[in-house]
Amino acid sequence: MLLNSKSPEETREFGRHLGLLASPGDVYLLVGPLGAGKTCLVQGLASGLGIEGYVPSPSFVLVRELKGRLPLYHIDLYRLENPLEIENLGLDEYFYGQGVSAVEWADRVLGSLPEENLLIEINYLYENSRQITFSPHGKRYEGLLRAFKNQLSKDV
Amino acid sequence: MRVLGIETSCDETAAAVVEDGRKAITNEIASQIDIHARFGGIVPEVASRQHILAIIPVLERAVPADCELDGIAVTVGPGLAGSLIVGLNAAKAISLAKGLPLVGINHLEAHIYANWLGPVTPQFPLIALIVSGGHSDLILMREHLKYVVLGRTRDDAAGEAFDKAARILGLGYPGGPAIEKAAFKGKPTISLPRPWLKGSYDFSFSGLKTALFRLVSKERDVDPYDAAASFQEAVTDVLVKKTLSAAREYGARNILLAGGVAANKKLREKFQSESPMPVIFPEPVNCTDNAAMIAACGYLHLKRGEKAGLELDAIPDLSLQS
Repeated sequence: MLLNSKSPEETREFGRHLGLLASPGDVYLLVGPLGAGKTCLVQGLASGLGIEGYVPSPSFVLVRELKGRLPLYHIDLYRLENPLEIENLGLDEYFYGQGVSAVEWADRVLGSLPEENLLIEINYLYENSRQITFSPHGKRYEGLLRAFKNQLSKDV
Repeated sequence: MRVLGIETSCDETAAAVVEDGRKAITNEIASQIDIHARFGGIVPEVASRQHILAIIPVLERAVPADCELDGIAVTVGPGLAGSLIVGLNAAKAISLAKGLPLVGINHLEAHIYANWLGPVTPQFPLIALIVSGGHSDLILMREHLKYVVLGRTRDDAAGEAFDKAARILGLGYPGGPAIEKAAFKGKPTISLPRPWLKGSYDFSFSGLKTALFRLVSKERDVDPYDAAASFQEAVTDVLVKKTLSAAREYGARNILLAGGVAANKKLREKFQSESPMPVIFPEPVNCTDNAAMIAACGYLHLKRGEKAGLELDAIPDLSLQS
């Protein structure tokens, strides 16, 4: 599924809709260059999960746990480069827990992340616009994307 | 009163003994930067293992055999859980063995107290700017240990912005010093946006990072030194102007800088030339993570009779509360 976003606000709104539909154990993997809007989309996701307050970038701290309708585990692999080291991080505790995991820079270790996931790729088009590709891996995420599409069409 | 401070929240394994919250008798730091430089950043599993290897030697150097202690202060958060517990368990063990009172310290408030380790005594009310890899917080203090959070980052922290800018420009790790060094060779000739967020004391450096990325990917012949100088200029402009505006609004007598980015020379110069009130900053070794600041802050908590039990635990997502 392809979506075009014309602004950070619109990217955030896509994230919010996803947050409204999120279930325990969901894993969203975010991929895209610096400044594409990965954190921005997660900020929307957080607001959809009923999380109040700021959602700052976790690049430096690696993981931030946020409390909402469901816990959100905001994970950022930006500062990590060695896949072997990342496998030792104990991230499985988050992935197979009762919260929603959103992983920025997931492409650094795609092989060691859960096989079932929603892959979200954000790429630059021009100025403020971005192309966002949602690829479901697994039944749960196919259903989620169908519901997501319905939500968005209702919203317009 | 002599307090032993222990800090293991992130990269550094550190221990220090501080007298009366002001005078560092020892200040030992075993840095992991060399190990992390190979990975281009912090690797928590590496950090945790390194803390375990380093904590005892660091403690042995920080506490001479004849050193009498009156209390122990240890960082409980924010930080990486696996790293924090190494320091915590060491602190608990010493507290139990020696019968010394123990207090848990918020790493962020301790950064502010690094300013009491210098010769000048900060005067209240004051505005403190904590700028590091994980934080850009603007704090009002009217008295000891009471914090009013005026603003914080909405997305990227100042140190993180430097780190990502260094990565974009291919300047290496750690990003802050790399940008500062490169900026010294260039001129701030490139126009970059200043995220003011008018009417708020919050910070936002994400858009500035995006602007730099777009610039570098669009134009092939961008001079990395000029780009570094321009980026540093934009970040320090925003930090200085917003801090000064808060200092004027609240009638601050002093401005305090804290955190790793407070070691940036451009930031210090700009504050000193533009601020009407005295600006205090720790010496560079006490800007980055250290244990003297933990002991300095712990002294005030212990003096108030605070005492933690052995159930004291790490709080990875601890923040400064108003």
